[in-house]
Amino acid sequence: MARVTIDGHTIEVPDGTTIVEAARKIGGDIVPPTMCYYSTLKTSGGYCRTCLVKVTKGSDKDPRPMPKLVVACRQTVMDGMEVQNITSPEVLEAREGVVEFLLLNHPLDCPVCDQAGECDLQDLSYEHGDEGTRTVFRRRTFPMRDIGDKIKLHMNRCIMCYRCVKVAEQLCPERVHGVLNRGWDAEISTYIEKAIDNEWSGNMIDVCPVGALTDKTFRFKSRVWFTKPLDAHRDCDVCCGRVALWVSGDAVLRVTGRKGVYHEIENTEDGKPGWICNTCRFEKKNLSDWVIEGPRHIDRHSVISQNHYEQLKQLKQDLSRQKLIGEKAHNN
Amino acid sequence: MGRQLLLDNLDKPGINTLSGYQETGGYESLRKALQMKPEDIVAEVQKSGLRGRGGAGFPTGMKWSFLAKPPGEPRYLICNADESEPGTFKDRYLMQRKPHILIEGMIISSFALGANTSYIYIRGEMMYVYHILQKAIDEAYAAGYLGKNILGSGFDLDLHVHCGAGAYICGEETALLESLEGKRGNPRIKPPFPAVKGLWGCPTVVNNVETIAAVVPIIRITGEEYAKIGIGKSTGTKLISASGHINKPGVYEIELGVPVEEFIYSDQYCGGIRNGKKLKAVVAGGSSVPVLPADLILKTANGEPRLMTYESLADGGFATGTMLGSGGFIVMDEDTSVVKNVWNFSRFYHHESCGQCSPCREGTGWMYKILSRLLDGKGETKDIDLLWDIQRKIEGKTICPFGDAAAWPVAAAIRHFRSEFEQYIDKGNSDVKHYYRINNLQES
Ligand SMILES: Cc1cc2nc3c(=O)[nH]c(=O)nc-3n(C[C@H](O)[C@H](O)[C@H](O)COP(=O)(O)O)c2cc1C
Ligand code: SF4
Ligand code: SF4
Ligand code: FES
Repeated sequence: MARVTIDGHTIEVPDGTTIVEAARKIGGDIVPPTMCYYSTLKTSGGYCRTCLVKVTKGSDKDPRPMPKLVVACRQTVMDGMEVQNITSPEVLEAREGVVEFLLLNHPLDCPVCDQAGECDLQDLSYEHGDEGTRTVFRRRTFPMRDIGDKIKLHMNRCIMCYRCVKVAEQLCPERVHGVLNRGWDAEISTYIEKAIDNEWSGNMIDVCPVGALTDKTFRFKSRVWFTKPLDAHRDCDVCCGRVALWVSGDAVLRVTGRKGVYHEIENTEDGKPGWICNTCRFEKKNLSDWVIEGPRHIDRHSVISQNHYEQLKQLKQDLSRQKLIGEKAHNN
Repeated sequence: MGRQLLLDNLDKPGINTLSGYQETGGYESLRKALQMKPEDIVAEVQKSGLRGRGGAGFPTGMKWSFLAKPPGEPRYLICNADESEPGTFKDRYLMQRKPHILIEGMIISSFALGANTSYIYIRGEMMYVYHILQKAIDEAYAAGYLGKNILGSGFDLDLHVHCGAGAYICGEETALLESLEGKRGNPRIKPPFPAVKGLWGCPTVVNNVETIAAVVPIIRITGEEYAKIGIGKSTGTKLISASGHINKPGVYEIELGVPVEEFIYSDQYCGGIRNGKKLKAVVAGGSSVPVLPADLILKTANGEPRLMTYESLADGGFATGTMLGSGGFIVMDEDTSVVKNVWNFSRFYHHESCGQCSPCREGTGWMYKILSRLLDGKGETKDIDLLWDIQRKIEGKTICPFGDAAAWPVAAAIRHFRSEFEQYIDKGNSDVKHYYRINNLQES
């Protein structure tokens, strides 16, 4: 076991736990945001750099601070390690930089993007970005592609998190999905269009943190916050059959896996990730196909949940009011 | 000229063939090494103080001693011959002229590390050098220096040359490993380090061409003798690729510790600045290291003469110093535009980023575009601060050191030549309009 302190909160976790996982055990604002890490996908993380944190003490054995910021999703904890996340101005500044880089070529077409309202990049930019933009250059563009008959790839929106690549590697045995070209021009591709044909390929849509991979059966049907999420299940030979239905009136507009507080697929009772198959996702669009369990609570702080941004704004206002009162009291 | 341990006998006809190389004492070090215990060879390299010649200058003996040796698992030695850093061309020169010194070094080093399969990963553009190496390897096999039971020692070694496909990033050691495994050349996230999990997940050492070649003279003259050359922790000789506005560009083998001034102006080396011009600036160790203005490259901030050593070149940190890097020594005369130079470097880094991490993928392209606009006379004063801010947000925040390599040249150019950036903004320079057009950098 290792004792680690993150922003002043101490917790004991098994050796080999990453800083992010330790922070998630503590919970709250001190959890570093993650755009590419996905706990149920092996070798994910390390790419986007949003989870950079400062290790001010390496361990009890070797208390030296780490010379550079480290990625919390890959760095494992040591006994006695001390980490700063939101208490380090250096971290906050670096993260602001990462947000700016991620948005540099992002089309910001949220008004027409199906992901809007449950988009990790929207949340990240609101919470960790700066206002305005400093670039004057035309954004990078790619043609839109079908990668499989039910999945649309908007490469313009992609942040190169590699999550879909890991899904292809780990869930779809005949892998035809990867990255083409280099650097600025790198793009996700199936190489031969529509070459993904696998019962599990739809899970790419669920892991995509932005609107780069979208469900063609749901495209432009509705804004997500106008749909009602329900927990439901059915007997499926292929997958666990436990899903979230996104319903409007009697119509099932969309079927997804059940995502938890960090926007990742929840595990089923047997402890395995609840990936769902393409039949459940794309074919079962009648309420009668499903056993409804009840309304689904959306934890994720996005516009569909409890007006999170409003609360944030309120919090900030409260804080400044308190500061004002404090200053007044001080001046009196 | 100081001692020549790598480039000696270069003018001897046939030095590129096995027989020619053997006539100058070639493969004698191998015979000697095969009589030694592997750990004694490692100790000899440790004693020599040899430091990695690929750029980072990490002590080679120490790197070798870190190699994990789990029983029953193969170990690999890989020679990094991907040499693609702008301004660096020493490895190519050595392999082309004297291929057998690298092969002899590979055999000795593989023996020392207990590797029975080794690779030379060569930059794809150097196809002709690939053929030279392959021919030399064939000769070595025929002579019994490679293959089974080398010179009756019981040691087996297979040596392969593998051609890259022309990506600078594949010179980064873990990207190289991925590429060698047949995958996309993306740097790996460390740890684990190659010494523990490298090629095919097995313990692996990656060394530069010059590093491995230097093992040959170290065995011949002993580590102790080798360590007597040079100053302090900068021991031995170093190949310097000298280019730019000098009278005698080319590859020079120097004893570490030669004063920079002597290296630039002496007829033994660069022979002074071309056309009687004045020295303006030097990039001392390949495109990644900070550029220094003439006064700071000749003398440290304390007024001491700057020497060609790892320590002296780094004296003053990045505020007033630089790095020896890979030894790509680029000299610029008074007529050179540092802004155009850094624009060119930034174009390179923009083109070569693998694109895995967001700061490098996006930041390199952004810096390049801002510099292009600046050169086109459309820059604004705030662009200089913006460039500074971008490079700062890349440096130290990426998976591999490429991000730093892309950030440092921009930072150094602004640090030492800010007024030149300002001139482009004030004047709206018109002789460079084509930058804008070529690159089609429309604003949104
Ligand atoms: C972007 C990048 C490119 C590199 N290119 C080369 C190269 O072409 N040749 C080389 O020997 N080392 C290169 N390196 C350094 C290698 O990663 C590695 O440190 C080196 O091969 C180790 O050998 P050494 O210890 O003998 O110097 C590069 C590093 C980076 C980050
Ligand atoms: S398409 Fe989506 S999941 Fe795939 S790399 Fe891009 S952002 Fe990540
Ligand atoms: S720093 Fe650049 S080259 Fe290195 S891994 Fe990141 S994107 Fe690739
Ligand atoms: S979440 Fe850690 S680097 Fe992307």
